[in-house]
Amino acid sequence: MTVLSLDSVSKSFGSLKVTDDVSFDVPEGQALGIIGPNGAGKSTLFNLVTGNILPDAGTIRLNGRDVTREPAMARVRAGIGRSFQIPQPFQKLTVFENLLVAATHGRAARERDMRDPCAEVLERTGLLPKANAEAGRLSLLERKRLELARALATGPRLLLLDEIAGGLTEGECQALVATIRAIHAEGVTIIWIEHVLHALNSVVERLLVLDFGRVIGLGDPAEIMASREVREIYLGIEI
Amino acid sequence: MIGLDTLVQGVLLGGLYALFAAGLSLVFGIMRLVNLAHGDLIVFGAYLILVVVSVLGVNPFLAALVAAPVMFALGWLLQKVVLNRTLGDDILPPLLVTFGLSVVIQNALLESFSADSQRISMGALETASVDLGPVTVGVLPLITFASAVLVIVGLNQLFYRTAIGRAFRATSDDQVTASLMGIRPDRVFATATAVAMLVVTIAALYLGTRANFDPSAGPARLIYAFEAVIIGGLGSLWGTLAGGIIIGVAQTVGAAINPEWQILAGHIAFLLVLLVKPRGLFPQGGGR
Repeated sequence: MTVLSLDSVSKSFGSLKVTDDVSFDVPEGQALGIIGPNGAGKSTLFNLVTGNILPDAGTIRLNGRDVTREPAMARVRAGIGRSFQIPQPFQKLTVFENLLVAATHGRAARERDMRDPCAEVLERTGLLPKANAEAGRLSLLERKRLELARALATGPRLLLLDEIAGGLTEGECQALVATIRAIHAEGVTIIWIEHVLHALNSVVERLLVLDFGRVIGLGDPAEIMASREVREIYLGIEI
Repeated sequence: MIGLDTLVQGVLLGGLYALFAAGLSLVFGIMRLVNLAHGDLIVFGAYLILVVVSVLGVNPFLAALVAAPVMFALGWLLQKVVLNRTLGDDILPPLLVTFGLSVVIQNALLESFSADSQRISMGALETASVDLGPVTVGVLPLITFASAVLVIVGLNQLFYRTAIGRAFRATSDDQVTASLMGIRPDRVFATATAVAMLVVTIAALYLGTRANFDPSAGPARLIYAFEAVIIGGLGSLWGTLAGGIIIGVAQTVGAAINPEWQILAGHIAFLLVLLVKPRGLFPQGGGR
């Protein structure tokens, strides 16, 4: 079954076309990586999928249902969880409260029923010792983990990760990758935008390359990385 | 013991000002909306209670209980239908719209009730007092202050112990991210204004029972509310109580020196606090 399907999706900001006729499907349980240089339109693509912005043209389907014009909150409840490139926790809420809010509203559930699931998410993301810490006081790694934890708390069928490994040390990155791999092993479909390619390639089964808002490659990660066009685009970036 | 008596009366008066301000603080803390019609909504609430008392012949406290759900619904609709449309990066639209609302409320009340001043009778409670050793205080001011403390405690419990309170704080922190967590900011804001209108109803009860009011009484209440909120620190509920008390004490001390100085003393206290601590005594981003 296809979890996410984009059909000829385009978006412009003024005269700048940031998403140009993008089409791809993501089957259930697959991990898809998205790469591309800065400004290629990767985060915009996520914003289109989550409903932060609406496309000028094209169709976005989630589990076969057309959600192109649905607001962000409806898409969360339909099963999309997202982490941000720059962590955006609710600063004044504790770590646990961040998860509670996400779980309660993301799943349209009662708060008291979400306490145990949130505690489990905290445990698996290594944040249990920080449960009562104010989110605004966390370190970068902890914030990244909170981004992941909060997205998981919404009970997603499709998890969107936006450069979650960026800025972490190698050890921190490895630990985070292990967590993501475990989540994926449970059957959660993942789309992961990342510049840390070795981390990305250790998880994803398919790779999509964006450049100037266009899809210029989609397929097996090894084949994609071997292609000349992709290497040219990434010239100067360590592969 | 005139000095102690003056201070106590000032503190109790501060409770009333804190009630004026709590709703304003709540709404500002959550959605950064400055409601210029806040004072007029308090006066509207007082008229509503007056009508309920007159029509049903019930005690003002019971009348306030009847008025509360009406005010709650009014607040929800006002935010959902009107004020949500004004929110955004530009602070001017909500100011203009609530200023217009203030004018509309004042004129509607003037048309409906005339310019005559009104008062809600509390009967024997108006003159009842208790002897607290060195000072004697009125029961009604005491109940007003206790109500203010209960309102602040209640709002803090709501903010920090309930799901809707967490949604208030999350939406206040980051509206876009909140919507990506499944929160509907428009509904959260409507609920916040509805809750603020419950507080407005309580403020209206004590405004109407402790002083005369008329359709043009709102803007002065708005100024006291503003001063209390700013002294306390924008968005801080306990700070709002402290702000109310500072204005109340300043006014009673000013009045003790010269009765003409009462209102002026409150404004001077506000300016002094603003000079020393421009962000207020307890500035916060959230609602605490």
